[in-house]
Amino acid sequence: MAVETGTKKSWTMVQALNEALRRSLDENPKTLVMGEDVGRLGGVFRVTDGLHKDFGEERVIDTPLAESGIVGTAIGLALRGYRPVVEIQFDGFVYPAFDQIVTQLAKMHARALGHIKLPVTIRIPFAGGIGAVEHHSESHEAYFAHTAGLKVVAPSNPADAHWMLRQAIASDDPVIFLEPKRRYWDKGQLDPNGAPELELHRARVARTGTDLTLIAYGPMVKVCLEAAEAAAEDGLKLEVVDLRSLSPVDFDTLEQSVRRTGRAVVVHEAPVFLGMGAELAARITERCFYSLEAPVLRVGGYFAPYPPSRVEDAFLPDLDRVLDAVDRAMAF
Amino acid sequence: MTVDSTAGAPTTAPAANDGPADAGPPELVQLLTPEGERVEHPDYSLETTPEELRSIYRDLVLVRRFDAEATSLQRQGELGLWASLLGQEAAQVGSGRAMRPTDYAFPTYREHGVAWCKGVDPLNLLGMFRGVNHGGWDPDEKNFHLYTIVIGSQTLHATGYAMGITKDGADDAVIAYFGDGASSQGDVSEAFTFASVYQAPVVFFCQNNQWAISEPTEKQTRVPLYQRASGFGFPGVRVDGNDVLACLAVTRWALDHARTGQGPVLIEAFTYRMGAHTTSDDPTRYRIAEELESWKLKDPIERLKAHLVREGWADSAFLESVEAESEQLARRVREGVRTMPDPDPSSIFEHVYAEGHALVDEEREGYLAYASSFASAAAELTDGEDD
Repeated sequence: MAVETGTKKSWTMVQALNEALRRSLDENPKTLVMGEDVGRLGGVFRVTDGLHKDFGEERVIDTPLAESGIVGTAIGLALRGYRPVVEIQFDGFVYPAFDQIVTQLAKMHARALGHIKLPVTIRIPFAGGIGAVEHHSESHEAYFAHTAGLKVVAPSNPADAHWMLRQAIASDDPVIFLEPKRRYWDKGQLDPNGAPELELHRARVARTGTDLTLIAYGPMVKVCLEAAEAAAEDGLKLEVVDLRSLSPVDFDTLEQSVRRTGRAVVVHEAPVFLGMGAELAARITERCFYSLEAPVLRVGGYFAPYPPSRVEDAFLPDLDRVLDAVDRAMAF
Repeated sequence: MTVDSTAGAPTTAPAANDGPADAGPPELVQLLTPEGERVEHPDYSLETTPEELRSIYRDLVLVRRFDAEATSLQRQGELGLWASLLGQEAAQVGSGRAMRPTDYAFPTYREHGVAWCKGVDPLNLLGMFRGVNHGGWDPDEKNFHLYTIVIGSQTLHATGYAMGITKDGADDAVIAYFGDGASSQGDVSEAFTFASVYQAPVVFFCQNNQWAISEPTEKQTRVPLYQRASGFGFPGVRVDGNDVLACLAVTRWALDHARTGQGPVLIEAFTYRMGAHTTSDDPTRYRIAEELESWKLKDPIERLKAHLVREGWADSAFLESVEAESEQLARRVREGVRTMPDPDPSSIFEHVYAEGHALVDEEREGYLAYASSFASAAAELTDGEDD
């Protein structure tokens, strides 16, 4: 997609990601894209559409259907000086690669006392809301964020998706890049010839408010923005922080926000129990204890396997569940 | 040696139920018998000079001596653990010497002989067993990757690295080391698949030492391991793993096969783990003494020594000089380990990330403040005494 310098236009998240991959391939001959169906097909979500044609099969690599093999060979390619961008087709299929990610990718830099770097980006379409079958709707970010040696990010909109992917690929550390698949077709303004507004691991205040801070990332940012809009009609001014980076977390931005608002609700699709919200609530409590007017509340998935699609709406946090938590926090 | 695409192709082998895998493999490539007699093999020839044979002998003896010293150091409490290579010196020195300096090795945690051949200082190998690091050497310095403890993981790294060699248009090759136990791991099968599909220049070097801790090879496979390769579409060869010359010849052929774009090769080096799995293991609980005794007769060093002596290529002065050198090495290793410093506890926070991480920085700061609180408390105490 040819784009004039200095002009913003509307991109879907898929297009924005595709352009990020294209530019990364273009800018660095060591960048590789690899995964299942990423070649001729362009990926099952078409994020790699056209890359195979333009960069060839040596750089846009259709791999055997073996996730451990994909990540394991990506590690080897990184050791040879390449910069692989791996696509895991769906969230629920990353587990065969979990061993390579956690025992090898995350630890190898430390094992070598810094002598080697592992610039591997692992893109994973994650979370639910698209009416899929089992294993296609999971939010497993806490597993990865719990692992030292990995960085974990989750954009919420096309512009962030674009810039964060380029930043992740340019990073010398392994990055788990979680793409909210139900936002793939959302549109947003982007000028890929511009520059990113934020460093990769900084959070963004997506909406300012004074009464309570909603904290979300990936697919739930949109839900929180809608909730804030609805609450505004009732006179409540909700701030929304788009976390963007799950490891490291930009606690400074969170702290500044919650110190002002005195209340926080964390929203994610993953089960609440031991999810990101647990860590965020604990840290916010430590940092903002005397500013808090209410305990930090959490809204998320239930402690049950991700349900069949006909009832996934009951599992996923929506505007009403977010506002319910907001009401409880305000009532304290 | 010339590259022959038919050489080493999987040949007829006994049916799986013909008996245990060590009942007399028919296609074992051998160039030096256990008695030290030099024999020829139709597919694998090897030209060697007496000087080269003496050099190989030296490697074998030094590597064994180093290994014995490390076992002793574990018994003395200087190392927390040691994984001995006793009995596998020929497989490692033979394959290790087959590599060019630009070829890359991806080892398990037992490839001390390969490390030696690649020029890695043996002391580097001991840090992780002493507990001062998890490896820590620069893999690119000698093209010898870090020891990998999770079984089979490194075969994929080796394959990916080899895929990169192809992309670079280089003629280097890679050896992925693993064992009979690892052959059951999914990662090894996936490595075979990737290597075959992309014709990656990687040699899979399986040291079948008959035991995966307490499990015999029969618990891993019902076919000879080298035959696994045929299902993936590349050659498999079984070599006498206690015959350093055969290991050298076959690995050299396999590396050339790989580096000339003909794809991977699986080598099964048929050998025996003479010691325990590690110093924490007690093999008397699961294997019989007679088995060990029968393998002693196939010792890799004794057979080369017998050959050298019979041919008049090694006199007692040479043998004694190698012994003396091995004692010198042992002394250096002993002193090196005993004086190996513990890392500073704050090094826990180093090298977690290449580009840093806010939480690591915060925790490092917290740790340092906590640790220094003891130092200042001690200083106050000392000050008080002075008063």
